[in-house]
Amino acid sequence: MMNPGDKNIALDALYREVILDHHRHPRNFGKLAGADITEEGYNPLCGDRVEIAVKISDGKVLAGCNFTGEGCSICMASASMMTEEVLGKPLSEVQETIDGFRALMKGEECPLAVEGDLESLVGVRNFPVRIKCALLPWTTLHNGLLKVNR
Amino acid sequence: MSPAQKLIQQSVFTEFPAARYRADFPILFRQIRGKPLIYLDNGATTQKPLQVIQAQSRVYLEQNANVHRGVHWLSQETTDAYEKSRRKIARHIGVKDDAEVIFTRGTTESINLVMLTWGKANVQAADTVVVTRMEHHSNFVPWQSLCLEKNANFKIWEIESDFTLNLNKLEDILKAGNGKVKMLAFTAMSNVLGTITPVPEISALAKKYGVTVLVDAAQAMAHLQVNLKDWPDVDFVAFSAHKMCGPTGIGVLWGRRKLLEAMPPYQFGGDMILQVGDEKTTWNELPWKFEAGTPNYGDSIAFGAALDYLGEIGMERIHAYETALVQYAKARLLEIPGIQILAPTNPEVHGGVLSFTAEKVHPHDLATFLDAEGIAIRAGHHCAQPLMKKMGVIATNRASFYFYNLPSEVDRFAEVVKNATEYFG
Repeated sequence: MMNPGDKNIALDALYREVILDHHRHPRNFGKLAGADITEEGYNPLCGDRVEIAVKISDGKVLAGCNFTGEGCSICMASASMMTEEVLGKPLSEVQETIDGFRALMKGEECPLAVEGDLESLVGVRNFPVRIKCALLPWTTLHNGLLKVNR
Repeated sequence: MSPAQKLIQQSVFTEFPAARYRADFPILFRQIRGKPLIYLDNGATTQKPLQVIQAQSRVYLEQNANVHRGVHWLSQETTDAYEKSRRKIARHIGVKDDAEVIFTRGTTESINLVMLTWGKANVQAADTVVVTRMEHHSNFVPWQSLCLEKNANFKIWEIESDFTLNLNKLEDILKAGNGKVKMLAFTAMSNVLGTITPVPEISALAKKYGVTVLVDAAQAMAHLQVNLKDWPDVDFVAFSAHKMCGPTGIGVLWGRRKLLEAMPPYQFGGDMILQVGDEKTTWNELPWKFEAGTPNYGDSIAFGAALDYLGEIGMERIHAYETALVQYAKARLLEIPGIQILAPTNPEVHGGVLSFTAEKVHPHDLATFLDAEGIAIRAGHHCAQPLMKKMGVIATNRASFYFYNLPSEVDRFAEVVKNATEYFG
């Protein structure tokens, strides 16, 4: 067993229980039947790969958002939380959430209150090389949504 | 007694003064996140001893002037030091003809130089170039692009399930090539698997079929005793200084004089020129024909100091110590449930690199977990995506050792890996 004296505060801040929980039990994981848009994102440095599939109703509301792929716990947990966060939101609000989360990860001023499970990802900022793991699902969703108006 | 306990009792661990060598590397005494640094990413680059850092400083503090140009004192001094360094490298690798040693930016540029000059002139449509499955991108992609451009066949020599190469498979490829195989490019030691390949046997077989042979020695030069007299059938060898205690930005291409003389120049200008006329220019002789522009003499001279340093320890002793250390690390990791090692089983062909995966822990998470404890390893595809794909893994963890690593560092490393598997399990 781990020695209690071994506890590493920075690590625990990174891998909060909530992150490990999303990693072990990802929400909205799997293919999405009848998806309107499917977008793949890849991080060549570490091999993280996510595929985000979305369904859009009335041309403006995110009615479905699933993900598949393989990657580290940060990437997978971030994807899982993202799907929960954006599901059912109007597209304009989804874009605001994406922009807000990206700003938060980059340490910029975040115009929007990031609460709940998502907040747990703030610890990633202490490990700069891991920020892009957390961002990958969000960037992928962003790229996917760019196709909506095309 | 456990396998690890047995291994740690080998006499090499008391005889080889790794702790004494550490004193030459100030960076090894750094604290990372409040923990003593344990540097196990030597496959990516090694640390530099004071002797090398000082040799490089000395160039700029006392000696600096452009080489091969001035008639003045300093220029002569720097030129002498630069050419002396070339001689040191030639001696280190068992080469008599200094002019066969060409300075480049590193292994990657050395391989690209051969591809862009020899390759473009000698590989034509329907010819074949062979590489192995375990090549670094730097010895894979240049040949792949050349073949695409020339409409030639790009053939991959697959590896066996024990991560070694089977020469019968190479012979099959060479036979099937019908005399059209022009180049075999392969690594002498894999940066991912640590596999040491039988260079003399492989190159002899290639020669039997008239194939030109290039060896990527980026890892081998750093960790093994390499003497090119033992590689009589090899035509080109590429390596980098920064993987063997030297500075970044400098490396070597060694080639057989006959081939180098027949090759067109690689870049134009500066040192590579003999005479420029209005219509025509003639090239300088070897090795300068391939060294356009002002050469990187500062790093070249420091590279010479790195070879002096390694030479004093002795490459054979370094190899023996690293072999013992990597086998010990392997035994320690195998005590942890869910660890899989990707390395040859025979210790004799396994250099100081250890790739592994941990069930349920993504390599990136494991590397971060280790980093939080001051332990540096590499996680990812190690610039060998074709190999990763074939092995069915997205990424591996890689601990790579050098002569200044200690068994106690291996112990701490194994302990933290174990903690990580429990944390994420």
